[in-house]
Amino acid sequence: MAEAPDANVPSILSASRISKSFGEIPVLFSIDFDVRPGEVHAIIGENGAGKSTLIKILSGIEQPTSGSITYDGEKVVLPPNGEAAALGIVVIHQELLLAEHLSVADSIFLGRELKSGPFLDLKAMRDQAKAILDTLHVSIDPDARINTLSVADKQMVEIAKAISRDARVIIMDEPTAVLSVTESRTLFEQVRRLTAKGVAVVFISHKLDEIMELADRVTVLRDGQLIATVGTENLTPDSIAQMMVGRELSNLYPPKHEPDVDTEVVLSVRGLSAPGISDISFDLRRGEILGFAGLIGSGRTAVAEAIAGLSAKTGGEVIVNGATADYPDVSKSVAAGLAYMTKDRKGRGLLLNAGLQPNLTLLTLKKHLKMGFLDGRSEAQALDRAVRRFDIRARDPSVQVGKLSGGNQQKLMLGKTMESDPEIVIMDEPTRGIDVGTKQQIYHIIAALAAEGKAIIVISSEMQEVIGLSHRVVVMRQGRMAGVLEGAEITEAEIMRYAAGIKQGGENERLSA
Amino acid sequence: MSVSVPDTASKPHKGFRLDLKTAGPLLALILLIILGYSLNPLFLGEGNVTNLLTRSAFIGIIAVGATFVITAGGIDLSVGSMAAFIAGMMIIIMNAAVDSMGASIWTVLLGIGCSLILGIGAGFINGFLTTKGKIEAFIVTLGTMGIYRSLITYFADGGTLSLNSGAREIYRPVYYDSFIGLPYPVWVFIIVAVLGWVLMNRTAFGRYCMAIGSNEQVARYSAIKVDRVRTWTYILQGLCVSLATIIYVPRLGSASSATGVLWELEAIAAVIIGGTMLKGGYGRIGGTVIGALILTAIGNILNLTDIISNYLNGAVQGVIIVAAVYLQRGSFRTGRRAKKPE
Repeated sequence: MAEAPDANVPSILSASRISKSFGEIPVLFSIDFDVRPGEVHAIIGENGAGKSTLIKILSGIEQPTSGSITYDGEKVVLPPNGEAAALGIVVIHQELLLAEHLSVADSIFLGRELKSGPFLDLKAMRDQAKAILDTLHVSIDPDARINTLSVADKQMVEIAKAISRDARVIIMDEPTAVLSVTESRTLFEQVRRLTAKGVAVVFISHKLDEIMELADRVTVLRDGQLIATVGTENLTPDSIAQMMVGRELSNLYPPKHEPDVDTEVVLSVRGLSAPGISDISFDLRRGEILGFAGLIGSGRTAVAEAIAGLSAKTGGEVIVNGATADYPDVSKSVAAGLAYMTKDRKGRGLLLNAGLQPNLTLLTLKKHLKMGFLDGRSEAQALDRAVRRFDIRARDPSVQVGKLSGGNQQKLMLGKTMESDPEIVIMDEPTRGIDVGTKQQIYHIIAALAAEGKAIIVISSEMQEVIGLSHRVVVMRQGRMAGVLEGAEITEAEIMRYAAGIKQGGENERLSA
Repeated sequence: MSVSVPDTASKPHKGFRLDLKTAGPLLALILLIILGYSLNPLFLGEGNVTNLLTRSAFIGIIAVGATFVITAGGIDLSVGSMAAFIAGMMIIIMNAAVDSMGASIWTVLLGIGCSLILGIGAGFINGFLTTKGKIEAFIVTLGTMGIYRSLITYFADGGTLSLNSGAREIYRPVYYDSFIGLPYPVWVFIIVAVLGWVLMNRTAFGRYCMAIGSNEQVARYSAIKVDRVRTWTYILQGLCVSLATIIYVPRLGSASSATGVLWELEAIAAVIIGGTMLKGGYGRIGGTVIGALILTAIGNILNLTDIISNYLNGAVQGVIIVAAVYLQRGSFRTGRRAKKPE
C-alpha cells in the first residue's frame, strides 16, 4: 500500500444515497461512495452485486433514479455517453474500447485531434503521445497499430489516453482480468504513479490479493446494498470474501484426491509442436487434475487448441486412450471423448443472442435428433439436468445468454462441454472474471469430475487456482515447458521461478512421470 | 436468490414482445390487404388472388433459399443473374433436344434436370469460393452475378432466347394449370416454404446456420463444420433458384438479358421484411414468405389503382423495406431495455 492519503482531503467525486432501478427492478439501494485525490478505492462484490451499475452512474453513462453526485465540491448531473471524460472522469473498460486499425497516437487523441489549420497535426500528436508514453515508462511505438499490441499494452494506451485528457478520476473495470501476474505488476506501478500525481482511482477487481495490495479503501457491495466501506489496513482477504458473499467461505478449494500412480494414462502428448509452441510432452491420468500455469502468451491455450484439433500440429504426437489422435476439427476430438472449454466465453464459447437451450446443446446437437429432426423435449430435459447439476441460475430459459452474469455463463459453458460426456476435459481459465462464490462452486465441480474418473487439464493465470486444484502443474514459458511440479513443490514461488525463466526445466526425466 | 429454470416444457414467458415481433410482418400484410381491398375490391377477386400468389412464387422460392444464406451470415447477389442464365441454358438445351428427338415430355424433363444440376452447381461454386477461397460472399456473388448476366446476354446474342413452340405447349401447364384451385407455382412455393421451415427450425442444419451467423468462432469451437454448412446454404440457394426458374420458363417461354433483373434485391428484401437479420444469426422462413407476399402485393395494388403511378413501385417497396427494418430494430431496443442483467 502506498502512503495513505490524508483522510481529511475532501473527496473529488462522491455519490450520496444513490439508488437505481431498471424499470421496476431495483439494482442499487441508497449507496454512498466517494473517492479522494491520490487514493485507490476498490469496489468489490459478487457478479450482479451492482458494481457495473455503480460505475456507470459515477461516469454518467446511467443516471441515478435518486440520490446525487458531487464532483469537485459541486453537485452535478454528469453528461451521458462518456462525455464525462471531458470533465476528467475516465472509465477504462474491461473490454478495451480501442479502434483496432488506428495507430497508438491516433487512439490517444481520438475525438480531440490536434490540428494545424484544417489538417491533422500528425507530428504534434505523435510527439505528445510519445511524451505521455514515456512518462508511463512503457516502450510502445506511437505509430504501432492497436491490433499489433498485447492486451497489456492496449491497457497502457488507454491509461495514456486518460492521462492526455488530464483525468482526475480514473475508473478501472477489472483491468487485471486479462493480465498475467507480471503485467498486473506493471499496471499497479502505473496506478501508483497516477495516485502520486493526485489522480483518484476507482478499481474493480475480483482478485482479493490485488485489492489488498493496491487499494487504500474497499467498498463491498452485495445484492445492490452497500455492505461496508473499510480501510484496507483493517481487512484480510478472508474478511472481504465473507462480506462479499455474506457467509463463511471455508475451504475455497476442495480436498485433493490424487489418483494412484498405476491409474491408466488417457492422454499422452509427445514432443508436440504447433504455431507458438514446441516440444510439449506430458501424460494425463484418469482422475487427475493437471494444472497449466505460465504467463499470458506462454502458449498454454495453443497447446490445448493443438490437442483439440482447433489448430494444426507441426510435429509430435498426441495419444488418446492408446490411439494416435490427429483431429482435423473439433467434431473428431469430441467424438474421441476429449473436450476443450475455451477461455473466451463471449467470443468463442456461447451464442450471446441465443437462449440457454440452443447454447447447451450446440456441441452435441446430434444427440437430440429423432428420425433426423430436432427433439425439443430431449433438449429441454438436457437443460433441466444441466441446470440442476451445475446450478445455472436464469430467470427463464429463453433469456439471452449474453444477459446472464459471467458466473452463470461460465456454468452454462461447463454444462455444454460436459454434455459431450468427455473422458478428458481441458478447461481454459474456468473462473475468469467471476465472483468468489461461483468460483468455489466451479472448483468443487472440477474436483467432483476428477473423482468420477475424468482426466482434467486446468489452464489458469490465477496461481492460487492452479495450486489449489492441481495434482501436478506444468509451467509454460515462451511456448515451451519450463518445468513440471508435483506435490509439495507446487508453490507460488516455485511456479513463478519457472514462469519467469529464473529456473529452467532440465529435469526431463520427470516430464513423463 | 436461487431461481432455477422453471419447467421448460411450458413457456409462459415467451412474452408479448416476441409475439408482436413475429406477428409484425403478418400484421403489415393484413393492413396491406385491407388497403388494397378498400382501394379496389377487385384486389380480393379470385383471379387476382391466384395471380398475386403465382407472381410471388418466383421471389418467394428464391427468398426461402436466401433466408438460409443470410441466416448463416452470408449473402448471395447472383440469384437474379443465375435465374436468367439457367432459364437461357434450359431453353438452349430443350431446343437442341427438340431438334434431335422431337418435342415430348422427355424434352421438358431433360430441361428441368439440367436446371437442377446448373442451380446446384452454381450454388456450390458460390459456396466453395466463399468458404475454401476465403473471399467475402459479397465479392464472390457480385462476381458471379456479372458472369451469369453477361453469359445469358452472350448466348442470346443480345436478344431473346425462345423455347421451341412444340416444347412450350407441353411445358405450358407447369405455370398455367392448377391443382385443387391453386396454380402449380403456388404449390411449389408452399412445398418449398414448408420444407424450408422444417429444415430451419427442426433440424440440426438450421440450428447450425443460426449458430454460424451469430458467431462463427463459437460454431467452430462447438464442433460445427462451418465451411460445409455454409457451402450447403449456397447450394440450397442455387436449388431454389433452379426451382423458381423451372416454373418461370413456361410463363413466357423465353429468356433474355432482362430476365430476373433485380430479383436478388427483391429476394433479400423479402427476407429482411420477414424479420431475418441481415447480419445473420436469426432466420425466419415464415417471415420470408410473408415478405415475398408483401412485395408482390404492393406492385399489384399499384397496378389496380391510379393513386400512385406504377412506375413508383420500386419507391414504395423501398420505403416498406426501410420501415420494416426500422421497426424491427426499434422492438429490439425496447426489448433490451426491459431486461436487466441478472
